[in-house]
Amino acid sequence: MTAADLLLLLLLAAMTAYALFGGADFGAGFWDLVAGGAERGRPHRKLIEHSIGPVWEANHVWLIFTIVVLWTGFPSVFAAVASTLYIPLTAAALGIIGRGAGFAFRKTSVTLGRQRLFGAGFAFSSIVTPFFLGAAAGGVASGRVPPGIAAGDLVSSWWNPTSVATGLLAVGVGAYLAVVFLTRDAQKHAPELVDGLRRRALWTGAVVGALAVLGLVVVAADAPALFSELRHGVPLALVVVSLVAGLLSLLLVNFRSFVAVRITASLAAAAVVWAWGAAQHPFLLPGLAVADAAAAPAVTRAMLWVSLAGGVILAPSLWWLFRIASAGSVRS
Amino acid sequence: MEMLLAEAATPADLGAARVQMAISLGWHIVIASFGVAMPAITLFVEWRGHKTGEVEYRLLARRWARAMGVLFAVGAVSGTILSFEMGLLWPGLMGTYGEVIGLPFTLEGFAFFVEAIFLGIYLYGWDRLSPRVHMWSAVPILIAGVAGTFFVVSANAWMNQPRGFDLENGKVVGVDPWAAMFNPATPPQSVHMLVAAFMVTGFCMAAVYAVGMLRGRRDRYHRIGFVVPFTVAAIMAPVQVGVGDWAAHFVADYQPVKLAAMEGVYETERGVPLHIGGVAVDGELRYAIEIPNALSLLAHWDPNAEIKGLNEVPEEDRPPVNVVHLSFQLMVALGSAMLAVAAWFAFLWWRRKAPPEGKWFLVAAALCGPAAVLALESGWTTTEVGRQPWVVYGSLRTLDAVNPAPGLTVGLVTVLLVYAGLTAATVFVLRRLARDRPVPVAPQESDVTEAPVP
Repeated sequence: MTAADLLLLLLLAAMTAYALFGGADFGAGFWDLVAGGAERGRPHRKLIEHSIGPVWEANHVWLIFTIVVLWTGFPSVFAAVASTLYIPLTAAALGIIGRGAGFAFRKTSVTLGRQRLFGAGFAFSSIVTPFFLGAAAGGVASGRVPPGIAAGDLVSSWWNPTSVATGLLAVGVGAYLAVVFLTRDAQKHAPELVDGLRRRALWTGAVVGALAVLGLVVVAADAPALFSELRHGVPLALVVVSLVAGLLSLLLVNFRSFVAVRITASLAAAAVVWAWGAAQHPFLLPGLAVADAAAAPAVTRAMLWVSLAGGVILAPSLWWLFRIASAGSVRS
Repeated sequence: MEMLLAEAATPADLGAARVQMAISLGWHIVIASFGVAMPAITLFVEWRGHKTGEVEYRLLARRWARAMGVLFAVGAVSGTILSFEMGLLWPGLMGTYGEVIGLPFTLEGFAFFVEAIFLGIYLYGWDRLSPRVHMWSAVPILIAGVAGTFFVVSANAWMNQPRGFDLENGKVVGVDPWAAMFNPATPPQSVHMLVAAFMVTGFCMAAVYAVGMLRGRRDRYHRIGFVVPFTVAAIMAPVQVGVGDWAAHFVADYQPVKLAAMEGVYETERGVPLHIGGVAVDGELRYAIEIPNALSLLAHWDPNAEIKGLNEVPEEDRPPVNVVHLSFQLMVALGSAMLAVAAWFAFLWWRRKAPPEGKWFLVAAALCGPAAVLALESGWTTTEVGRQPWVVYGSLRTLDAVNPAPGLTVGLVTVLLVYAGLTAATVFVLRRLARDRPVPVAPQESDVTEAPVP
């Protein structure tokens, strides 16, 4: 395994972390949006604020890290993706502004009107952003982003069946992870919400599972090259893992194992990202393999050492943050 | 369906991309300055609060922490936009040179991670950790903020002094990421920015309380809120003169074209005068006040030193002189004014044996807030516009780096609207935060209850 392969694994790990943690934060925004009127939705919004308030910024850094590793380790891929997918990525970037700022501003607001205004910005962009990020990923996965600067079609590269399916799946997976995580938080801090959240977790899980299967059908019709890779070997195994973990999660939610389901639901989501990565390997873009796209060995090696050192600092820090965040109670 | 494919970038699209980048960077740099310096100032008052037991210090620490929570959130998102824009707007830069300057960005990624994690701990652990542990939890934020400044500015410095690679037929070879990061422009530029961050933060925070005192709220809470940050910035003001001199010497030695644009020098000569004011028209600087031999003296410590003029390079290799010249002059003028106010502050304190609070002094002190921001922006304008037409000095033109996709002007308008809204909302929220009663729960969950908010 070369340094470039290791760096690709690091990239995949960072993307997975963002899909799980960042995705759950976006999903929390989805539940915030549908929590109902100001009075009825208050307990849910308070729980959401308590759960993601301390951690969303740290979770968000996984995205920055993904981008930076991509442009350093595989610069031509970054240039091709960013220039061809200019439109959805600009939309996602603006959504990120609305999401972060809206959430932070709402936390500091006391009056209902302002909470509504900022809260609406937060919730709306929580749906828009993952959709466009998912659509961009779908464009890459279906081979619509060729190497070269702005070499692909600027619209159909992200507005196509695979992209739309991936975008919807990204929104759905985020919402599902969020409701799974929130159910456990509610068990600790707001027990009266558990039953309602459990019901939502069950039907969201069913809907997202259906979306995932539908997505496979879309891929089969729209991106036959990707689909043929998904039909055997490691990618197939990962698809199966995702489906099994997804079904298991439904059972665990049903039997109220809210801690265990955190793991299986995360695995179900992560396996989708990994299956995509495995199906594309060794190609990052059509005709562009890892070895040809990778930065100079001096760079990839420096990146790996730096990441190792950084990881040693990050791991205990993140552990402490999540411990503090999950302690305490939701106060009025 | 008809294919929508990119063609060559139009001048309008290049202009739009440059303005969009300038707005996003110019916006983020102010917030980032607070991210670097505000935790240190807040930690200081928290420490004083625990040491003296005075409720005003503790109340200020909470208030500032709350503002920090808001500023850090908008800083996180506006910084993310920048990492997107590097690829959305400048794929020609990132596709070729991403691997050369990626290392400091990766390091900055980790620094930002540490900041985000410990800020979460600091804000949400306020009532859950012992005071000692809580104060220690702020230390990684300070270290990561300083380190992050160094990493990010080193990437910008590299654009001024590209190192750590060779070009063979337009392909980058022999990449040495460490040499790129530790290019010769990194030390003066990063220190200059770090000191600027403390000046912007200190003067802006102090300005809030100076205005409060001018409105008659001269209680201890406001006096401390003014004196602590103002002192920090006032100490930095003379330091910045020395660092700025270092940075100017560096430009004189390494980027003579930029220096010539900063000073409006067209002909290469010895014993060049310093120009104050003036406008460049038809290849000469007009209406400027001249101080004989001063530029040669300042740039090279020799009144007869040679200064290279803009005529040394063909016209298409020159930056727009008026923008660079005037923004540089503005930065120096504002810096000098802030230095004067800082000296006034020290003098009055020495005479009165107490921090000054006279009306005119407070007016001047309050003006230092916007002045510091304006100086920061004009300084960045000087270095960024002064590097043009290059994005990587001497190696890659900005025109060749821009995304050829059509519609960048539409993107610019959208981004302008979003940033206008973001600015309005940030200012509004921060103002309300200073005023609101009852105090909202975030970012900490309870407030200092012994003292009413003045």
